[in-house]
Amino acid sequence: MVGAPLAAIVSAGSSKFGALEGRLGREIFAEAALEAYERCPNLDPKKDINAFFLGQFLGSSLEHQSHNAPVAAGWAGLAQIAATRVEAACASSAAALRCGVIAVASGLFDVVMVGGIEKMTHRETAEVTESLAMAADYPFEQWQGLTFPGLFALMATAHMDKYGTTEEQMAKVAVKNHRNGAKNPKAHLQKEITLEKALSSKVVAWPLKLYDCSLITDGASCLILTKPELARKYTDTPVYIVGTGQASDTIGLYEREDLTTLRAASLAARQAYQMAGLTPKDIDVAEVHDCFTIAELIAYEDLGFCGRGEGGRLVDEGVTEHGGKLPVNMSGGLKSKGHPVGATGVSQAYEIYLQLTSQAGNRQVEGAEIGLTHCVGGSGASAVVHIYRRVA
Amino acid sequence: MASSHNTIESFYKAIAEGKLVAGKCRVCNKLLVPPRPLCPHCYSSNFEEVVLKGKGKLLSYTIIHVAPPQFRAMAPYTVGIVELEEGPRILGVIHSPSGRPLKIGQEMTVSFDTNVHPTWPKWPRYFFKPAEDVDSKSWTS
Repeated sequence: MVGAPLAAIVSAGSSKFGALEGRLGREIFAEAALEAYERCPNLDPKKDINAFFLGQFLGSSLEHQSHNAPVAAGWAGLAQIAATRVEAACASSAAALRCGVIAVASGLFDVVMVGGIEKMTHRETAEVTESLAMAADYPFEQWQGLTFPGLFALMATAHMDKYGTTEEQMAKVAVKNHRNGAKNPKAHLQKEITLEKALSSKVVAWPLKLYDCSLITDGASCLILTKPELARKYTDTPVYIVGTGQASDTIGLYEREDLTTLRAASLAARQAYQMAGLTPKDIDVAEVHDCFTIAELIAYEDLGFCGRGEGGRLVDEGVTEHGGKLPVNMSGGLKSKGHPVGATGVSQAYEIYLQLTSQAGNRQVEGAEIGLTHCVGGSGASAVVHIYRRVA
Repeated sequence: MASSHNTIESFYKAIAEGKLVAGKCRVCNKLLVPPRPLCPHCYSSNFEEVVLKGKGKLLSYTIIHVAPPQFRAMAPYTVGIVELEEGPRILGVIHSPSGRPLKIGQEMTVSFDTNVHPTWPKWPRYFFKPAEDVDSKSWTS
């Protein structure tokens, strides 16, 4: 039924994001789980949680650890329940969240935990660059020397050529997200930056500069989901998931007809809006996948927040600022909060949960009732969109 | 039927011979770069290998400054997407001997570095040059 809740979020947790020295992913996840348990005293994790889906992208290369779902489940004190790792590059935990929604909506499980982990800062930047590039096509992108920032730089060059988007408009996304992140005590880089600083930072993959890029960060996040009719057993302030969408595309950016849009994100958004019976105009607050500043501008267009090619105008007009008509990335986004890749999708949902339950402190969007998250894997071979409501 | 043709391996074997090849579906005539065992348009597995002209136009490009370890010595270097005259698109390093700034839409020509690497995947590399630079001295990595 259109608009009927699929699942309810009854609690959420996040570790501090940053360079969490001396801790492995499982230990960081325990911090996120503890916050979720403390927020939900009516929940007995060992007894109530029936299944666990964990998003992680780079555990195999950066932590020498595959198979981290049962590990994290054990370190979070869960019983010997089904624990499965979901991998969709940087959309890994958004896809894990979707698995959790499906698991609950199917009726198979009453209570499910979903989460995400990534531990990155202990490795050299070149090693992390090489690992992140694994989200690109191996024989025709990685082998040709293309990096992960390079993929989005190719989109930026094409967007600038086709629509006249400027490096300054991209830098404004960074300035906005740093301003928001400065108000988030869990953000990695809690500091504002100037437009001049962003524009003069060193080039990573032209036209993208250091301040166009998200951060290499450690972090973990989790949510507790249940059937909508069971939500009040655990909390007085549930947040309902009313739309979910996921789509895929060619892994090679070079194979796509249009380099200025992510087709998978557009398709995922359409599914989620239809399921929720909502339109882009209904969204009060959104967290979008600003792995690079150009990605946030393209996200505005793919999500229908503006027309094609108008992403730059939206940021020029301040529409997506705190206090604007549609605040985007109040958490600071991947840019300032940080991008522990496997943890990002659930971390976006964590921020929307805080916003819709009025727990977002001085970055609260007043009266927010409907939220959206948009998460991208690789250069858009995966995309996941969820829509949330405060009232069922 | 399984075949050593129409594979990524066969594409790179052709590069080592100085040829850019596509798989042409004998049923729907679509050209696939890289070649594939299954036509995603009509599900045929009946292909012939065709040699492409190696000319096309630049769709987008980036200049990589922060590179993975195996490319660090080359940085900064340019990578671009080229739409070949025959239709398919392919990505590769762009070497511009003249050093002139690139322009989207400009004509590009493929060249080959036929050195085979000692360990898997042993694939040689192709690269692109602006067509206007094609007579300049050849690129070395």
